[in-house]
Amino acid sequence: MATYTLTTPLSSEDTKMLKAGDTVFLNGTIYTARDAAHKRLVELIEKGEELPFDLEGSVIYFVGPTPPKPGDPIGSAGPTTSYRMDSYSPTMLKHGSKGMIGKGKRNQAVKDACVDYDGIYFGATGGAGALLGKQIKSAEVIAYPELGPEAVRKLEVENFPVTVINDTYGNDLYQMGREQYEVKD
Amino acid sequence: MREIEYSEVVKAVKDMIMYSGTDLPQDTYDALKEAMEEEKSRVSKEVIRQILENADIAKDEKRPLCQDTGLAVFFVKVGDQVKIKGGLLKDAINEGTEKGYTEGYLRASTCEPFSRANLKDTVGYNLPAIIHFDLVAGDKIDIEYAAKGGGSENVSRARVFPPAAGKEGIIEYVKEVISDAGGNPCPPITIGVGIGGTFEKAVISSKHALFRDIGSVNPDPEMAELEETILNEVNKLGIGAMGMGGTKTALAVHIEANPCHIASLPVSVNVQCHSSRHTHITL
Repeated sequence: MATYTLTTPLSSEDTKMLKAGDTVFLNGTIYTARDAAHKRLVELIEKGEELPFDLEGSVIYFVGPTPPKPGDPIGSAGPTTSYRMDSYSPTMLKHGSKGMIGKGKRNQAVKDACVDYDGIYFGATGGAGALLGKQIKSAEVIAYPELGPEAVRKLEVENFPVTVINDTYGNDLYQMGREQYEVKD
Repeated sequence: MREIEYSEVVKAVKDMIMYSGTDLPQDTYDALKEAMEEEKSRVSKEVIRQILENADIAKDEKRPLCQDTGLAVFFVKVGDQVKIKGGLLKDAINEGTEKGYTEGYLRASTCEPFSRANLKDTVGYNLPAIIHFDLVAGDKIDIEYAAKGGGSENVSRARVFPPAAGKEGIIEYVKEVISDAGGNPCPPITIGVGIGGTFEKAVISSKHALFRDIGSVNPDPEMAELEETILNEVNKLGIGAMGMGGTKTALAVHIEANPCHIASLPVSVNVQCHSSRHTHITL
């Protein structure tokens, strides 16, 4: 299991290098979207309309942060549970997005899309909102402000710590890790 | 009859919420530290290390431990010799909740069930609180509070078994619930198990079981033994911290048992994430 430092946007060359279990420190721009925002983004893609940001090489963070304290760019910002985005993620990957950050297992369609479109599903530590929020240096709402915590934000991150869960080869760290430590009587 | 000022309750509740949002309780912190030392998986060990570092940052810098600051859940015991001067106890708890979430920069996570509209413009900021009242003897008010996040609540389940299911049935059921949940509820988790009563009594008992300090011993030796058995079984599942594989899926199992109908064995499993924000005051 290796450790990498990568800057967004990600290329297929970047993602094909990664294997389930690797640690990655992400730098650059990432975008936030949860359930409600994904629904709207996928509707725009299906209608062939312009998105609020360029999907090519993008990394999407599944997060709904706490309100920032005065002087801070963002509040606490750890990942939300990812399966709620399972029905939208393959479309996002098909249209150029290369990475997702969340927590918890994904369905087979998402894992297949990671293989087909060189995508990576990264896991961040759920509940480590204060630690992860500190790695976000700026935040700007760029779409759907009416969704509150679920609005789409453009974030600049520095050394944002994530682990590769699903890689471009069909591996799944959740399955691999569990098989290794499961005790069968 | 003793009187407590309405404003005193509001302030006490507000302080509890703000404190809980940023300061992980000592029992949880200690249990995580022990889990980190004993965890065999390198990846899960690192995850728990990040969780503890997060708790240190949150406490020192007064930042919310997690962006999911939960729905506010209370268990309140009201003495029969005490009354609130200047308003209703329920209103004071709700007002304290709104103030705590607003002034603590905690996220308002309540919404309408279908429109998903956030209720802060209509009902108030992160309102209504979920409050369970009980009447007791005495002139005090005892308030237990926990912030209950969505990820761990989403994997919780309840079922009414036939009596023949017995302890074996309960052990298998808890294993099934936790196995299906995987990393979603943010392990290492605490598992609240409500046994007996009616359907809703089992559910409420499983919630209240999560308010108990990790490391405390169940006063009923039979239940203490069952807690130990379930904990060992769950930790054999191999889920590990955040589902990445490991030996420390759960920190504790807490059981609350009640007498039940001769025809039924209700069981409820309520899960709490590693950020077990719970506290308690007596007024």
